[in-house]
Amino acid sequence: MNIIVCIKQVPNTTDVKIDSETGRLKREGVESIVNPFDEYAIEEAVRLKEKNPGSKVTVITMGPPQAESVLRDALSKGADEGVLVCDRAFGGADTLATAYALSMAIKHLGNFDVIFCGKQATDGDTAQVGPGIAEMLDIAHVAYVKKINNISDKSITVERLMEDGYDVIESSLPVLMTVVKEINIPRLPSLKGKINSKKAVIKTLTAVDIGADEKRIGLNGSPTQVKKVFTPTQKTVEGEKFVGEPDVVASAIVAKFQEIGIV
Amino acid sequence: MSTIKIIDDKCVGCGQCANECPFGVISMIERPEHPKKFKLAKIDINKCVYCGTCVEACKFSAIELQKDEPALAEVDNSLYKGVWVYAEQRHGEISSVVFELLSECKKLSQELSVPLSAVLIGGADISSKAQDLIERGADKVYVYDDPALAEFQDDPYTSILTALIKQEKPEIVVMGATNIGRSFASRVAARIKTGLTADCTALSVDIQTRNLQQTRPAFGGNIMATILTPHHRPQMSTVRHKVFKEATIQKGRQGEIIKVTKDDSLLKNRTKFIQFIGDDSSKINIADADIIVSGGRGLGGKEGFKLLKELADLLGGAVGASRAAVDADWISYSHQVGQTGRTVAPRVYIACGISGQIQHMVGMNSSDIIVAINKDPFCPMMKAANFSIEGDLFEVVPRMIKNIKELKK
Amino acid sequence: MEYFLTEEEQMMIETARNVAIEKVKPIREHYDEKEEFPWEIVKEFAQADLCGVYIPEEYGGFGKGIMGLVLVVEELCKVDGAIALTLAATALGTLPILIAGNEAQKNKYLPDIASGKKLAAFGLTEAGAGSDATGMSTTAVKEGDYYILNGTKCFITNGGEAETYTIFAKTNPLRGARGISCFILEKGMKGFDFGKKEKKMGIKASSTRELIFDNCKVHKDQLLGKEGHGLMIVQATLDNSRPGVAAQALGIAAGALDEAVAYARKRVQFGQPIASFQGIQHMLADMATEVEAARALLYATARMIDSNVGKPEKEKKRTSKESAMAKLLCSETAMKVTTNAVQIFGGYGYSREYPVEKMMRDAKITTLYEGTSQIQKNEIALNLIKESAAKNK
Repeated sequence: MNIIVCIKQVPNTTDVKIDSETGRLKREGVESIVNPFDEYAIEEAVRLKEKNPGSKVTVITMGPPQAESVLRDALSKGADEGVLVCDRAFGGADTLATAYALSMAIKHLGNFDVIFCGKQATDGDTAQVGPGIAEMLDIAHVAYVKKINNISDKSITVERLMEDGYDVIESSLPVLMTVVKEINIPRLPSLKGKINSKKAVIKTLTAVDIGADEKRIGLNGSPTQVKKVFTPTQKTVEGEKFVGEPDVVASAIVAKFQEIGIV
Repeated sequence: MSTIKIIDDKCVGCGQCANECPFGVISMIERPEHPKKFKLAKIDINKCVYCGTCVEACKFSAIELQKDEPALAEVDNSLYKGVWVYAEQRHGEISSVVFELLSECKKLSQELSVPLSAVLIGGADISSKAQDLIERGADKVYVYDDPALAEFQDDPYTSILTALIKQEKPEIVVMGATNIGRSFASRVAARIKTGLTADCTALSVDIQTRNLQQTRPAFGGNIMATILTPHHRPQMSTVRHKVFKEATIQKGRQGEIIKVTKDDSLLKNRTKFIQFIGDDSSKINIADADIIVSGGRGLGGKEGFKLLKELADLLGGAVGASRAAVDADWISYSHQVGQTGRTVAPRVYIACGISGQIQHMVGMNSSDIIVAINKDPFCPMMKAANFSIEGDLFEVVPRMIKNIKELKK
Repeated sequence: MEYFLTEEEQMMIETARNVAIEKVKPIREHYDEKEEFPWEIVKEFAQADLCGVYIPEEYGGFGKGIMGLVLVVEELCKVDGAIALTLAATALGTLPILIAGNEAQKNKYLPDIASGKKLAAFGLTEAGAGSDATGMSTTAVKEGDYYILNGTKCFITNGGEAETYTIFAKTNPLRGARGISCFILEKGMKGFDFGKKEKKMGIKASSTRELIFDNCKVHKDQLLGKEGHGLMIVQATLDNSRPGVAAQALGIAAGALDEAVAYARKRVQFGQPIASFQGIQHMLADMATEVEAARALLYATARMIDSNVGKPEKEKKRTSKESAMAKLLCSETAMKVTTNAVQIFGGYGYSREYPVEKMMRDAKITTLYEGTSQIQKNEIALNLIKESAAKNK
């Protein structure tokens, strides 16, 4: 079985601190990590491989040369091959152009049965790239998968997490799934995995390699444009301030609660 | 290909661009010709997304940006008219986010002087719900009903909505950022090859260009971005539940119900819906709570949430959390408030040890009263609060609990 | 300090640290409190490939020698000194096979241990034979192709949980030190049972149990090395395994030091963090210096042991003295540093709310097992005298 996992390099948001004066993010020293939701995608792919001997897991990411590190990370957790889709021409891509580039790269790689993505990336939070890739590859997709019930050569049955429970969905193969946190507990890298990932050769693909239409990649291929970026004027309320001894402020605020009728 | 460069002669090394760059891709480097005297801005081309923030920030016109206009096949915008809301249904009931979208999109349609339409896709008797949409402000309702469509599935829903968009050519299509909306809006946008902006927190239109200005928190950070889809139609957005207020019901309001001509080829489906299993157990409905006591990084661990739970129980409220607390595994995801969690609008929101990153704020800033407890009096949450308590939550909250208990006696 | 570790050595540390922080730390109090054997963590060790770092590659390990074992054990023990013992005590039980086993025995037992599928244990100590192994009363009497074992071993780490046991018994009670032999036993053999489980001061997550042999019939293929070579195997094993105990001690000490520094920076008394008081600063400085000195001696010893690998018997350096020194210094340092860590925490240090009291309890065993500190000193002194005698005949 050929399994593909699409992953993304994101800033580690748990590291991020805010400059209290400007309200901006302090980005210095923020490390880049595998998008946390993609960790579940990698784990599920590796589990599927372990259950189906002879399978292969290929991880693929689009990004700058530094994004290679997330591929190595995935290799240390059991993926077999890493592919970096990297070209300056991809710069400034929105979700549509990203989905296009990744779908072209996947086509270039050849056969696949299952594609996994995390449900969304923690930096953009759009959740759009996964289904977008499925559309461009003209295959079925199931989003928010929380469990794979069974898989055969031709079809797969999964549970799709919904706001009010879950749907059991059967899909033909090939299929793209975006997975949620509930699906598994990702493993830690093994020593063998680490040593192998260090030695592994990461394949790099450019826009020309994957035969991408230059009109559909990068900024060129992005219908959405960032018009402006701004730090929101924080809703500053002329609020009442409570400062002082804990005993005093606690009774003052509780008195306030009484006043507004919640106690 | 777009290009961006620093004009060395003009750059004075002030560092303003580096400060303003939302992606942190500009660094200040030494100038070999003037060691230690002037610095020079350097852009990491591999990471730059050509947003142009630095160009505006530079007072010395030292940054040159050549942005290619999208070469993606453009459409004639003037052919597209009308505002659409996708009327999501679950098990035959209209999702309440739809009524919120109708109220906001009504304003957009009025500004653009076009009708507001809703698209309803569902099982055999779904058309009975069309009148509800009209009473909430829709002027037209497109209905496609078929027993095969009773439960949501990506393939047929995508095909039907895409076909309808191609035929009717609306200029704006807005959907709920629910699991359903997020799953197939991307597919629809990809098939039409138009832009889609997720999780918008504000929508407005520019009457001249008829462009939809879609504002959302961006780049995983403390900033907002306004996003346009200037050369493509329709302009598509998703909006989360509780971001806008529900449209009121106007009993007996008249509108047009259009039964879409059926085409069985649209029902082609690679997936099969087997069954739905309801499960409310894992769902803590913070979205419906009147009072929310919420905790963030300042709680320092799981233990802190026990304290908040006690306060919440006393007040008859629910416990919420910031993403930092959920990421640290102090509390489960179902409690998360904010951009990646739930959007809430309770009567009272008590934020304990939450600094107020924008992604959190967008999830709760329509609360009626915000109470903040924090050691840092200058953090955004304290500034946004109606009542701000400067102090250690571990000292203040237990005393609040004690006081309330005494009052209750 | 910079020890010029290789890239793969650093990877071992990283791998172990991940497991320690993500998997061990959240449950360490639970296992200490309940005194349960941490099988769920053993699985994590196995999954992360930590069980076989010191086992040669041809038997499914990583061939990283005693240095590899030391680095992994130290890193794990920074977080918990008891749970890591599942792995360290397995190494102790495995070393006799590595040292004296024939190819068939190595191929039979090492791969499962390297993969973490099975744990091992070392059975030497008896109620009446602690520091003096020759006082043991377990016997192995030869009958045809078999040996019949009778007797009871006590204080056996991993007892009852391990699958593979290296057991020492007297094959010829008349020959004293040369009458002891070593056998590989498997859990489930007829006549091999487990007795009382010890209630201990520390290392509570570790199982410490009696092994009981009642006419246990062991095939002669299970004899390790030659008959009568048991004590030589013990000596060679301890020379290799004491750095493992030293690493356990060092890890506990380093973990306690980290806790103490962090707490001293956070704890405010008299209006300022206690780290600003010179009394505390000097304690921390002493602790850090002691830990680093112990580490330097231990790493150098481990490197020395590993340098013997592949050399002809004649050129191999004896490492009994250095192993004993490393174990002595690291374990005594662990006791000192953890005691001082509790001191810096004050009353909170004595409370189970903070991890340092557990570290102090766990540290104590390292000055006791695999030879008490006093036995280490005997070993060191004996070697000093021998060396001097050899030089000045």
